[in-house]
Amino acid sequence: MAKIKKIVKSIKIDADKCNGCRACEVACAGFHATPKYSICNPARARIKVVTYRRKDIWFPVFAGEYTPAGCVGRDSYIIDGKEYADCDLCRASCPTRDRFKEPDSGLPLRCDMCESDPPLPEPMCVSICINNVLTYVEKEEEVEEEENVSDMEIGLRALANTHGMDKLLETVARMIEKD
Amino acid sequence: MRYAETGYNLEIDLATGNIERVETDPKLMETHLGGLGTDVKLFWDRVPPETKAFDPENLLVFSSGLLGATYAWSTNRTLCTTISPQTDLLAYPMMGGFWASELKYAGYDKVILRNKAPHLVYIWIHNDKVEIRDARHLKGKGAVETQDLIREELNQPDAQVSAIGLAGENRAFVASIEQSRSSASRLGSGGVMGDKNVKAIAVRGTKDINIYDGVKLMEHLEELKKFVVHRNENPLTGIEMVIHSGVGSPQAMRHVDEQWHTTGFAWGNARTRRKDFWNQEIFERWSKSHWSAVKRFISCFNCPQQCGTLISFQDVPRYMMKCFSKLSYLFGSKSDSMDFTWRILHKSFEYGVDSFSTPQILAFAVELYEAGIFTDADFKGCPTDNEGRFFWLLDKLAHRDGIGDYLADGVYWAARRIGKGAEEFDHNTIKKHEQMNVKLGMLDPLYFLMFATNEKISITQIEGNWPQTAKPTQELKEHWAKDWIQVPDPKFIDYFMGWNPRGEGSNPYYPTPQMCSEIVDWMEQIHNIDDAIGLCAGMGSFCYKPGYHVHNYPKFINAATGMDLDEESLKKIVNRSRNLHRAFNNRRGMSRKDEAPPKDHWKHRFPELEEELLTTYYKFKGWTYDGIPTKERLHELDLDYVYDDLVKRGIYKDGQDKEDC
Repeated sequence: MAKIKKIVKSIKIDADKCNGCRACEVACAGFHATPKYSICNPARARIKVVTYRRKDIWFPVFAGEYTPAGCVGRDSYIIDGKEYADCDLCRASCPTRDRFKEPDSGLPLRCDMCESDPPLPEPMCVSICINNVLTYVEKEEEVEEEENVSDMEIGLRALANTHGMDKLLETVARMIEKD
Repeated sequence: MRYAETGYNLEIDLATGNIERVETDPKLMETHLGGLGTDVKLFWDRVPPETKAFDPENLLVFSSGLLGATYAWSTNRTLCTTISPQTDLLAYPMMGGFWASELKYAGYDKVILRNKAPHLVYIWIHNDKVEIRDARHLKGKGAVETQDLIREELNQPDAQVSAIGLAGENRAFVASIEQSRSSASRLGSGGVMGDKNVKAIAVRGTKDINIYDGVKLMEHLEELKKFVVHRNENPLTGIEMVIHSGVGSPQAMRHVDEQWHTTGFAWGNARTRRKDFWNQEIFERWSKSHWSAVKRFISCFNCPQQCGTLISFQDVPRYMMKCFSKLSYLFGSKSDSMDFTWRILHKSFEYGVDSFSTPQILAFAVELYEAGIFTDADFKGCPTDNEGRFFWLLDKLAHRDGIGDYLADGVYWAARRIGKGAEEFDHNTIKKHEQMNVKLGMLDPLYFLMFATNEKISITQIEGNWPQTAKPTQELKEHWAKDWIQVPDPKFIDYFMGWNPRGEGSNPYYPTPQMCSEIVDWMEQIHNIDDAIGLCAGMGSFCYKPGYHVHNYPKFINAATGMDLDEESLKKIVNRSRNLHRAFNNRRGMSRKDEAPPKDHWKHRFPELEEELLTTYYKFKGWTYDGIPTKERLHELDLDYVYDDLVKRGIYKDGQDKEDC
């Protein structure tokens, strides 16, 4: 694929400053609700504050790509004397766990940097966190051109992976007939 | 559709194991909001005055507030409401943390426990799935460690757990309920939980809370956010204590300077002030100890302020703490070692005891020993140094071992069981409950009323937006008044401007009894709103100049719930709950005779003025001479059924159901 210049949106996470309040989760879930803020439920958030209080572990993780299968191994890291399971650090919406899935449908969630029309000056999680754990940074980078995948497509792909494409198409066809 | 609240309570009969999800009456939100308001209503309807704390019929209600789990910051309070074993009145200790929000996301506003489990159990609530599980393997485990043990056992790192320690299992009247960085400490709810054989309640919820107008609610939150950021960058100046200069709980973990508390408060069993205690050497030593122990600042659910800390001190297992417990064991033991604080607080939180009452109880035991009422035999094995004694006595109390069996009942009941003149040493309780360890000179009429009359029975949770002391100069007064947007009415600024530390316009005759009644009524009102919506008092009622106040509460409530409240109608709702609360306690025998601050609280007392204060306040509240809501007041608040009940039970003396009697 061709190389293109692209504004890469990124969030710098200063986990040392995180106090574990989860205001980022609450705001994220609300922003992505339809209509906006009509429900409040951090389980729908695309950011998750991993918390092991007495181990002094508090840090936010953003929802990344959906993966159809869990990892074979379960590794762990020791950093500054604290042990982290790599599942805790992982951004994937994965069949082995509930994290980053819609709690009712189980469909995967992914951080979209709050892209919206009109655009927000910065993602909701960044603006709600007044303790500066999250900093929004835009960088211009040369990247491989890639296909833009919509939320719906991610969801459908997950269903196709779980049930098979044929079954999915069959079901959609049946739904159209019923309507 | 129900907004802000889930509309369901979880009813658990511990004796039979019956668990029911019960829909609540939607009208209750309009009449009592939620939280404390609906708790009071529930207790009025279901717990008759004959029921004692340890009767199976006593309820233990874990309640969220009306705005809990919504976008409104800091509305994370869990109330643990029950009949107190210590006072025999309604107790509703509260904690911050994460539990109540998780409960609402699981689909419930309250968990209502009744009867007793046949053996130690814990309850696991995971959305619609609710289990009562064996907890015998957790017997004797610490209240903090139990939370992690249950999360591990369930393989649910995101579950929030409220738990008791050994003191609760042993039905101590000072037992707390612990959860994350918070404790519901006062008046013995942990003892009732232990009596019901419930070690813990774990909850995980992933459901939605409906918000009536979320966009509007976020607009209000944005305003609040701006205010909080502004205050964080511009702390208040011209106040007594730096810990009260921001918003959030008093920032005792941020600041080492404790000159104000340590020189102003009474040490030992609330006996003597040490006016020359604070000096540079102490400051340096405490700073070193403090910053070696504070590992990280932490928050409660959906609140940006960082009032708690993770404590990691030398070889002591880690725990979390906040606020005034930093000093309470030092006051009690007369130790000046902050290292001692970090060590004994670990035990205190794991045993699950109220770190406000307990140090006074231990100091009371030391006094009894020094007076010869407790003997060498009673103290056999006890170290002779102050700190060693406190560790030993705390162990005894939590185990109810030896004299610890008395101490676990708190000062009032311990003194009466011990006898031999021990009653004389019970000098700092109101309604049988240990009070703030403060002994001062001149009667303060505002504090007189707050100490005497509030249903919380705990002064620290009654004070509020009104400054604790008068400002000495006109300049300081104007400085204070210029951005005092939180006052409900400009007349309060006039009262404040006329208030001086000494001379004309000073305590005890100023503020006048009428002004005092109005100010105290304001303090109560904001506390009652916070306790109904589940807001941390540090962001509202307890704070000098908070972000939440009488003028913006209705906006937040309306946007979240769809109600159409203004300041007056909101005031009426909390006034209704407050009068129902008072009637509930009146029905259990509480009246004017019980409403007296400790005799030695102030050196200079004014019996006639104090009578006038109480009478004026009662009249202002629409209560009889005995402090019971009148027929008229109850009627105004749509509480005629309460009046009928009080009459039927003979709570009014003959004909005294009006305020002029």
